[in-house]
Amino acid sequence: MAIGRIVKVAGPLVVAEGLTDAKMYDVVRVGKERLVGEVIVLDGDLASIQVYEETAGLGPGDPVEGTGEPLSVELGPGLIGSIYDGIQRPLEAIEKRWGAYIRRGVEAAALNRAAKWRFTPTVKKGDTVGEGDIIGTVQETTLVVHKIMIPPGISGTLEEIRSGEFTVEETIALVRDAQGRRHEIKLMQRWPVRKARPYKEKLPSTEPLITGQRVIDTLFPIAKGGTACVPGPFGSGKTVIQHQLAKWADADIIVFVGCGERGNEMTDVLMEFPELEDPKTGEPLMKRTILIANTSNMPVAAREASVYTGITIAEYFRDMGYSVALMADSTSRWAEAMREISGRLEEMPGEEGYPAYLGSRIADFYARAGRVVCLGKPERQASLSAIGAVSPPGGDLSEPVTQNTLRLVKVFWGLDDKLAYRRHFPAINWLTSYSLYAEDLAPYFEQKVGPEWNELRREFMKLLQIEAELEEIVRLVGVEALSPSDRLKLEVARSIREDYLMQSAFDEIDTYTSLKKQLKMMQLIKAFYDWGTRALEQGVDIHQIIDLPVRERIAKAKFIPEGEFDAHFAEIFKELTESFERLMAQKGAYAERVH
Amino acid sequence: MLKEYTSVAEIAGPIMVVEGVSGAKYDELVEIELAGGEIRRGRVLEVDRDRAVVQLFESAQGLDLRQSRVRFLGKVMELGVSEDLLGRVFDGAGRPIDGGPPIIPEKKLPISGEPLNPYSRDYPNEFIQTGISVIDGLNTLVRGQKLPIFSGAGLPHNQIAAQIARQAKVLGEAEEFSVVFGAMGITFEEANFFITDLRKTGALERAVMFINLADDPVIERITTPRLVLTCAEYLAFERDMHVLVILTDMTNYAEALREVSAARKEVPGRRGYPGYMYTDLSTIYERAGRIKGKKGSITQMPILTMPQDDKTHPIPDLTGYITEGQLFLSRELHRKGIYPPFDVLPCLSRLKDKGIGPGKTREDHAGVLNQLYAAYARGVDVREMAAILGEAALSKIDRIYMKFADEFERRFIQQGEYEDRTIIQTLTIGWELLSMLPRGELKRVRDEFIEKYLPKKAEEPVAA
Repeated sequence: MAIGRIVKVAGPLVVAEGLTDAKMYDVVRVGKERLVGEVIVLDGDLASIQVYEETAGLGPGDPVEGTGEPLSVELGPGLIGSIYDGIQRPLEAIEKRWGAYIRRGVEAAALNRAAKWRFTPTVKKGDTVGEGDIIGTVQETTLVVHKIMIPPGISGTLEEIRSGEFTVEETIALVRDAQGRRHEIKLMQRWPVRKARPYKEKLPSTEPLITGQRVIDTLFPIAKGGTACVPGPFGSGKTVIQHQLAKWADADIIVFVGCGERGNEMTDVLMEFPELEDPKTGEPLMKRTILIANTSNMPVAAREASVYTGITIAEYFRDMGYSVALMADSTSRWAEAMREISGRLEEMPGEEGYPAYLGSRIADFYARAGRVVCLGKPERQASLSAIGAVSPPGGDLSEPVTQNTLRLVKVFWGLDDKLAYRRHFPAINWLTSYSLYAEDLAPYFEQKVGPEWNELRREFMKLLQIEAELEEIVRLVGVEALSPSDRLKLEVARSIREDYLMQSAFDEIDTYTSLKKQLKMMQLIKAFYDWGTRALEQGVDIHQIIDLPVRERIAKAKFIPEGEFDAHFAEIFKELTESFERLMAQKGAYAERVH
Repeated sequence: MLKEYTSVAEIAGPIMVVEGVSGAKYDELVEIELAGGEIRRGRVLEVDRDRAVVQLFESAQGLDLRQSRVRFLGKVMELGVSEDLLGRVFDGAGRPIDGGPPIIPEKKLPISGEPLNPYSRDYPNEFIQTGISVIDGLNTLVRGQKLPIFSGAGLPHNQIAAQIARQAKVLGEAEEFSVVFGAMGITFEEANFFITDLRKTGALERAVMFINLADDPVIERITTPRLVLTCAEYLAFERDMHVLVILTDMTNYAEALREVSAARKEVPGRRGYPGYMYTDLSTIYERAGRIKGKKGSITQMPILTMPQDDKTHPIPDLTGYITEGQLFLSRELHRKGIYPPFDVLPCLSRLKDKGIGPGKTREDHAGVLNQLYAAYARGVDVREMAAILGEAALSKIDRIYMKFADEFERRFIQQGEYEDRTIIQTLTIGWELLSMLPRGELKRVRDEFIEKYLPKKAEEPVAA
């Protein structure tokens, strides 16, 4: 490869001349320390390069060497449980060798080269294999079977396949293609991050990604293979929601991208996830999780790359047939990194200084999510769900990143700082948020959870809407001026908000609620509403209804463990019925006396 | 032998362009010798072939195109560190201004620091008792956290910062915090207040101060916080100290950043601040924390004044996205004569859940905190409603909540500038306030804690 020379350095941007055979998005090595960079503009003899590390000390005349390869990630056994920076350098290995601070020019292989993995073939010599075919498996963690696939672009006859223990670089199979060329298949393959991995076809979404978060599952569900965004001002709980989803979403694999966020938050994930148990298997959650951490003070260009690194790894596991969920916290920091690089390139800015291609980059990212039929045999379906946090400046949703995101995603969980100030968490505003999957998923909830689910959901939404309207009136004339039936609606809406939608991420039991329990909790609140309406019709005083002690039991139902819920549910239901029957009987007796 | 250049082509504000340069490196330190022999410093902001753009660290006054001699030093800006820094006062560029001798450095550290590997961080979870109820009780500070005070012009943020510096301690440890103080563009009176206060309590011996006053060169303000943090990192991670860093006023820092950006004719972001301000601020704020296997820690408390008390202004906004929570001050409470005038509802400490509970503070802390918050929020709402409808239109329970809000401000928020409350005292006041509410309203505290801690006189409902 030709060796060029630096002519200009401005922050993370370096311009070099003499890189004659450079292609767009090629990786180059910059300076004597061989910092990793990527070609982003070619202009005559000049190549503009964004450098993924701090550029202090670089100057004109320093060498730049092309590698001829685009920015790629290594895909193979060893990914699970790892924590990488934005360009897939393993942070654990870097700490071991270089200490607590990330020095410049550090290099470490993404996948451990020494580790041996037991490979079990599932095909045999002489079989015809095509791209995406699964040829064997490696038990990567107790939770994840890593399927070894023929990389895209290769097909032919299997000349040889081995079994036993291999490192990621050793050949496990040989494929001879139609032209007679031989391809060595290894446990590891590489893939350029800016290119979506291929699949056979996309499918519509039919199944929810169950998160155990009541406001999400009940009111604004996301589908497996769906896209969602969580915008909100600081302090409204974006990160806690992302963490909750990473912990409890019923995906097989979680990829969590900490993009330009706080260092301590990544540490929190790192320390907490190995301690937390998967509700289904009882294994540590870390055994299905991959972390990409490019904190705010790490180089800005690597932040730009981090979401691509994350989604490429996510696609790789999708290709195995898994349901994968990717969380990116926060896509605004990613967009800002683009803006910073664009500014240094002196490009003509679009809105608020963001590059004009902001919208198309965001679209490219979310388009990589979806439910698909994977390439290759055996036939398998899989999904990749993408959930991006957005941090709008000043909480103003009219800004470009939020607006461009909203055009693409189908679920909007709008966070509200007013709710957060009141300590209503998750602070998802039920009036502004929406889910376009609600209709697609209705059959699933009806068949798998209960036929009443969708009706209850509609009823809840309606009551919350009515509450907002009534609150306006209350603000003008006071609550005592409302009719008893409106007061009952207010009380029920308050119960929905406080007893149902509010959910503590820090309470052992409340942190996750199964769909079954969600349904039962909804039924309790609905039953209270129905009984209350009947009681009012019979002339029972609204205050007596409001003061019923059973309401406290409904309020605390969320703290009842899953296993004991059915018994408690029956009990509370019984007490509810009895309370109302008593009220109505008293009323009846009273009415009789009067007449 | 370093080459000297006399080829300064342009000086505009804090930016100087030198031509005909060979071998200049990005970010390296530059020395400029004036005709009279005086030395100024700067750093390379951009090199384009033989043209170097230099950002001055000091005032450009007196620089000329002909006689100024420029030397490129081949290293980045460094701070000489040793334990002798303790007890000393420096200007914003690191020169002693207390009349003492220059520091003989044990070693020199680059002031921009390196990013801490997230894998190497240790999670902050040790409760710091500041003696201030709003912080300890509701927005608990932990060792290694970065928690800013969002204030406004004329509010007592300096008094609060000084009180925290004075009173902060970790329970069960004798060792006190060392304070590294960075002042950017504050007045002489403000700086003097801190120096006097620290001296009075004998804390100055454990403190290092870097002071850039309002009339000092604006451009030095970009360097000041980095000197502060380099010093703090040395004390924390090489000398095992627990360091409290106070930076005031970050607004002035951001203004200086904008000035440099404007002088470079960069595309401005919101309100003229550079698009990279988030990244730039993060390289300051993220230099807080703990490192696995090291004894020391850096806790940061930056102070910023919000222009027009507007929290959506880019400076508080971007800060809030990086720091682990924020403490707001309220002009309204200040006018009511309440000190410290914390605007409790939007205040938040993101790490509080890790610093409270049994073994750290007390088992009932989380519940009390949530209940107080919820009750005060409702009380404030009711108060607003009462202002429109009149108190007569309120229900009985609403009147209790309104009374609660008043009492909460008077007894929980308000305290003396020298009043050092223990966490137990703070929780006791909390329970006394909660006893104003009917017991059925205490939905956020577990029943066993209500039994154990709620004052018994609460059986009789408080007259509204």
